[in-house]
Amino acid sequence: MNPQESAAAPEVAVAEDPIKVQNARVLALLHQLFGEAAFTDVEEPYGLLTATTTRERIHAVIAGLQQDQELKFHFLTTLCGINYPENEGKELGVIYHLHSLTQNIRLRLKIFFPVADPTVPTITDIYNAANWLERETFDFYGVIFTGHPNLIRILNVEDMDYHPMRKEYPLEDGTREDKTDLFFGR
Amino acid sequence: MAVNDALAGTHKIIEEAAAQRHGQLMPLLNDFSQELTTLNLGPTHPATHGIFQNILQMDGERIVSGVPTIGYIHRAFEKIAERRPFYQITTLTDRMNYCSSPINNLGWHMTVEKLLGVTVPKRAQYIRVIMMELARIADHLICNSILGVDTGAFTGFLYVFQEREKIYEIYEEVCGARLTTNMGRVGGMERDLSPAALDKLRAWLKSFPAVMKEFEAMFNRNRIFMDRVVNVGPISAEKALNYGFTGPNLRAAGVDYDVRAMNPYSSYEDFEFDIPVGTNGDTYDRFIVRNEEIWQSLRIINQAVDKLPDGPYHADAPHYYLPTKPEVYKNMEALIYHFKIVMGEIDAPVGEVYHAVEGGNGELGFYLISDGGRTPYRLHFRRPCFIYYQAYPEMAVGTTLSDAIVILSSMNVIAGELDA
Repeated sequence: MNPQESAAAPEVAVAEDPIKVQNARVLALLHQLFGEAAFTDVEEPYGLLTATTTRERIHAVIAGLQQDQELKFHFLTTLCGINYPENEGKELGVIYHLHSLTQNIRLRLKIFFPVADPTVPTITDIYNAANWLERETFDFYGVIFTGHPNLIRILNVEDMDYHPMRKEYPLEDGTREDKTDLFFGR
Repeated sequence: MAVNDALAGTHKIIEEAAAQRHGQLMPLLNDFSQELTTLNLGPTHPATHGIFQNILQMDGERIVSGVPTIGYIHRAFEKIAERRPFYQITTLTDRMNYCSSPINNLGWHMTVEKLLGVTVPKRAQYIRVIMMELARIADHLICNSILGVDTGAFTGFLYVFQEREKIYEIYEEVCGARLTTNMGRVGGMERDLSPAALDKLRAWLKSFPAVMKEFEAMFNRNRIFMDRVVNVGPISAEKALNYGFTGPNLRAAGVDYDVRAMNPYSSYEDFEFDIPVGTNGDTYDRFIVRNEEIWQSLRIINQAVDKLPDGPYHADAPHYYLPTKPEVYKNMEALIYHFKIVMGEIDAPVGEVYHAVEGGNGELGFYLISDGGRTPYRLHFRRPCFIYYQAYPEMAVGTTLSDAIVILSSMNVIAGELDA
């Protein structure tokens, strides 16, 4: 019994974090499917595998992940926009959260692109759920999803002429002085 | 003057159109067989239980197409959150799914705790489970009893609303509020479960099953009710998944996805419960799944109350958890921390977190990106209603108007969560 136990112990120590093992497996599969060059900035913040890809690849990657027989990413959890005004040439981004319900794997994919040319291929042909989420992202950030069946504003009024979630629009009027607080920097 | 001019212009257009019709299209005017009626359902219609507008094309009683318009109570929570310290965002989450605000509150606290790396003691986790399951029961009770109202049975609604009132009284004992609860704090609960709260909870756990049985006896095999809901608005499992359905609506279609079981949080792995699933995904299945989930929630609450561990009700995280008032008045450190927390002076670590909880309507996700400041850099709410309400036109097309109301009701779309 003893030798067996001691033999088993190191294995347990190696496979200490099952999430890390799973993420490594998923990442290997991703590289195998789409090539290593397709993904940059691979991270695992709080156990959720995150990778950055490009907008030219994103449609093929998500379609491939949905059709892949092993991973089966059948579920689009959410997608949302983001704005980093100081990142020259990569000011805007779209972040996709995918979920494989059969294996309980979550995956986060990011793409970044210039604010001057905010076009991204739609994924409404892959997931119906993306329809309103993309409309929301268009509404908030002005990301234009090419091929979207009905890309109009969803939550804000039609005649709004800006995209309010961009960082250039502060929440409060910058000229107000009654709310500035020099001591606490707000 | 301008109004009169505009009116004169309109009259002219109408006269011209009439003259044209007299010339060519007169016979068609009496032929209604090809004509569709446009019906504006909502945005404030008593049967839609919230601010939903649907512009329906009707062929007689049948719906040919529907276009939902949403955003009537959009309050830009994601934008507002970018300027608020973490603890002030809790009140925003209250106002999303206001039928089960404790789930939103506690889900948000868990997201922040995940970012900060704070571990909450078992007792607080169990109290949270109890409160979240109470909220789920309240949520499902409203949905199912209002479905009863929409099919013509008002009694059940009034009957179970009394039980919801009792749940709200338990909330009051725990957090002082009823509807928008602002329950719990980052790091635990704001106060321990008081003896009065436990008494109320135990009494309710004893009395509620009888009410629930009666409610089920009234509906589950009721001929009139079943005629109205069986095979109304069915959706297949594949379609439901593709549309991003979660929660009872997805489980009614036969997919056993429940965040509590798949990615347990707040010690859900300690409890034994079943995940009810339906087969057709129709209105009846959604109703039955919700009813069964109420029983499962009761099971969880009973286990949690029985096993409720002793110990602290919050984590030892002075940077994030407000000290008690007596301490603030006596102790310098506590005063400093109180000041720093209330003024929002605490910097959060850099990181990005996605945390999901099983809300009343499905997977309620919080995607938080922190750049190391006092407020989130970006906060995105995955609102289950917003995602699955997209499927409503597809489910309503081909049915009658009265069925469309029933389908909307059974999907439990909450306007606050839909529009955020």
